Amino acid sequence: MPSIQNYNSDQYGEAPLLELRHLQVEFPTRKGLLRALDDVSFSIMRGETLGVVGESGAGKSLTGAAIIGLLEPPGRIAGGEIWLEGRRIDSHSPEAMRKLRGKEIAAIFQDPLTSLNPLFTVGRQLTDTIQTHLSLTYSQSRQRAVELLARTGIPAPELRIDHYPHQFSGGMRQRVVIALALAAEPKLIIADEPTTALDVSIQAQIIRLLKQVSRDLGTSIMLITHDMGVIAETADRVAVMYAGRVAEIGAVDAMIHRPKHPYTKGLMASIPSIRAHRDRLAQIEGAMPRLDVIPKGCAFNPRCAARFSRCLIERPELQDAGESRAACWALSQ
Amino acid sequence: MFAFIVRRLLQASMVMLVVAFIAFSLFQYVGDPVLSMLGQDATSEQRAQLRADLGLNEPFYVQFAHFVGNAVQGEFGVSYRQGRKVSELLAERFPATLELAVCAALIALITGIPMGVYTALKRGGFLSQLFMGISLLGVSLPVFLVGIFFILFFAVLLGWLPSYGRGEVVQWGRFSTGLITVDGLKHIVLPAITLALFQLALIMRMVRAEMLEVQRTDYIKFARARGLSERLVNFSYALKNTLVPVITIVGLQLGSLIAFAIVTETVFQWPGMGLLFIQSVQTADVPIMAAYLVMISFVFVSINLVVDMLYVMVDPRLRVDPSGAGRH
Amino acid sequence: MLKQWLDGPVLYSFSQSRLAQFAAVVALLMICGALFAPWLAPLNPFDLASLDLNDSLLPPAWAAQGQGKYVLGTDDQGRDVLSTILYGSRISLLVGFSSVLLAMFLGVGLGLLSGFLGGRLDAIIMRIADVQLSFPAILIALLIDGVARVVFADQGHGDQMAILVLIGSISLANWVSYARTVRGSTLVEKNKEYVQAARVIGVPAIAIMIKHVLPNVMGPVLVIATINIATAIITEATLSFLGVGVPPTTPSLGTMINNGNNFLYSGEWWLVVFPGLALVLLCMSVNLLGDWLRDALNPKLQ
Repeated sequence: MPSIQNYNSDQYGEAPLLELRHLQVEFPTRKGLLRALDDVSFSIMRGETLGVVGESGAGKSLTGAAIIGLLEPPGRIAGGEIWLEGRRIDSHSPEAMRKLRGKEIAAIFQDPLTSLNPLFTVGRQLTDTIQTHLSLTYSQSRQRAVELLARTGIPAPELRIDHYPHQFSGGMRQRVVIALALAAEPKLIIADEPTTALDVSIQAQIIRLLKQVSRDLGTSIMLITHDMGVIAETADRVAVMYAGRVAEIGAVDAMIHRPKHPYTKGLMASIPSIRAHRDRLAQIEGAMPRLDVIPKGCAFNPRCAARFSRCLIERPELQDAGESRAACWALSQ
Repeated sequence: MFAFIVRRLLQASMVMLVVAFIAFSLFQYVGDPVLSMLGQDATSEQRAQLRADLGLNEPFYVQFAHFVGNAVQGEFGVSYRQGRKVSELLAERFPATLELAVCAALIALITGIPMGVYTALKRGGFLSQLFMGISLLGVSLPVFLVGIFFILFFAVLLGWLPSYGRGEVVQWGRFSTGLITVDGLKHIVLPAITLALFQLALIMRMVRAEMLEVQRTDYIKFARARGLSERLVNFSYALKNTLVPVITIVGLQLGSLIAFAIVTETVFQWPGMGLLFIQSVQTADVPIMAAYLVMISFVFVSINLVVDMLYVMVDPRLRVDPSGAGRH
Repeated sequence: MLKQWLDGPVLYSFSQSRLAQFAAVVALLMICGALFAPWLAPLNPFDLASLDLNDSLLPPAWAAQGQGKYVLGTDDQGRDVLSTILYGSRISLLVGFSSVLLAMFLGVGLGLLSGFLGGRLDAIIMRIADVQLSFPAILIALLIDGVARVVFADQGHGDQMAILVLIGSISLANWVSYARTVRGSTLVEKNKEYVQAARVIGVPAIAIMIKHVLPNVMGPVLVIATINIATAIITEATLSFLGVGVPPTTPSLGTMINNGNNFLYSGEWWLVVFPGLALVLLCMSVNLLGDWLRDALNPKLQ
């Protein structure tokens, strides 16, 4: 797998699987129009795992929801484009979107307990998904369901296929969820905090499973999380989001060890390390602004040690910063 | 699971005993039953004889034991006012009330559930608002008023339907039914709808609320994220999740049908047990009151038991541990 | 605190909802009408001397044989229907509000005790509550009322007792929802630090319950109370209609309708329709207000 560093869609021959161009998502509220995603652009290649990190409220989950067409009203896409394999999908009809979900793009959510319908067997939920997208007979679907369960590491799948969700442990449930996401052989899985609700020991297993799936089936993964450890283990590239914008994006190694954007630097520095000994935990002063009070210019400027006059006026675009691309004026000086 | 059933049965029996006690105590307050039954002209020997016959000289707990023993066999003594055996009176009136309650229950369920689902799925539409309006009326209007307005409109003004009584009735042994005669059917329409209206409104609102909440759950979101069709998501998944908690409440509500039947029967002069009970309260006819009390408690306790069982059957999570009632 | 309330979501939601405003206006009108009945009513239906049997069963003023004096017509005893409605609403509202207050007092008290003291008291109270909940409130009210009548039958005081018994039976039928809600909140508050701190200092349990826990649980209690008022009024009307509610000498809307029912066929429809409409307006406006209040106070919907 070649290490993809600064990906630019017209630089390389290979076309991206998913491409977001200047995506904007807005919410009309009592107090006015809130812009939750402001000019978000990135791409995901085939077979690649892109990590999307940021604090709560930065817009990570919203990006995932927008891509798969499940934005909760009154939120809506107010601008920009989403391209899947060379086709625009943000303007698809609801029915076209529905056909796409599960078949081309799948999504999994944080809590495996609430993601599974408690009144239906795991098998039923699997076969329903399979039969919606693939034209197989019921027994073929069932066969495939058993295979899926086996692939995601569930022991005795022929037996457990008829079990109810509450009969599985937390980690097993997340495996079932992943099996459900894989049911129709999607090209991209949007995984929204897939390990956050799990025990630490189980987290490692699920991460390993995701990597394995990506490798074996060539599935791309958009891994949304606030846990940098998971990203370090799993992602090929990382996008750091802040206040509805992309602050920096680049290969995982470069981002972790040689971050360029002040926010990314702060993020990486604040991760406690077992080995390094520090007297105090580093933290970034201040807090991410609420969506209705985003500062003019660069959203991060109130908390940034490197800020200067331009940062207060003009909003920075993503620009080349060596190993990554970062939205920071200080870098172009 | 077995322990659960046994425990519930024991609870039920306790409740029944308490109710029986209350019912029995009524007799202590009503003045002299002997006087009511024999009238003023009886001689003191006749009175003493009757006292002995009725067992009124025995200590309290013995009388109570007799009462319970009789009650279990359905024997409640003789009505003070009507001079007939209470059990006979009740048996006579029972089919009428049963018919009314069952018809009303069916109407409420068959119209209420679909209306609830519709208003949840098509919020804001004209039909939804109409349904919600009807449900508001159903919930805020007293049953008797609804009945009277129906009578005013359909019987007095339009003359389409009769306004009281049961009409023509066919007798099958101890059971009578008006449902197979046209006349009987005409007579049951208004009372059944009146009785059903409140339940209908309640069921509709409940189904709607549950459905709306279920639509917001993660598993429905995930189902949509997998591209399942709206029909599958709404009518296969969401509906089942909606109806499970609704079943229990509906079961309990059906019990209250029997309570409101009292009012409906009074308005329409429907010859059922409810009407009998009201008359007994108005005339302080204690044997009937006591009997009705015991019987109605029995019905409610049984309904509760059945509903609990149903819940366990329908929600697979409860089969392991029935005492942990789950949500969604 | 008042300013905070005025700024808050409750008043905002009120200002947005035309329905709630409309309902509030109607409810207010009716309550005022009932409260000021002696001054507003054109005639006094209880003053037997002023009744003229010749004027009985007159249709409303706009109908053929109506008289201007009796705007909504008269009943079989010559009583003016409008005045009787005003006085009758008085009784309905009196019984309704009193029974809600009593139920609230009883239910909140028991809920606080049950939640705070726990143990066997809690178990007993909750067991009774559970059992009672499996019966519909109106049935319980009816049963208690019926039983009480039998018990008090020999003891004179007919009319006054009847109203008290009525209020009592409706309250006893409705205390449970208050108790359960309050108990739930109490259990939550009990473990909070400020309560534990107070206990450590030695503040007596009752003081803690009343001063600290109570204010925090009043929100949901108010919602229950508003909905309860409507059901209480309906229950009173139903019981009166059945003849086991208020005594016939102090008619409420329910007794008026019961009486009017006898005249449906002979064509004196106004004896039923006007009291009926009054009852409908009253019930619906209180219900709508209750609905709105519940939505406004619901943190989930904000």
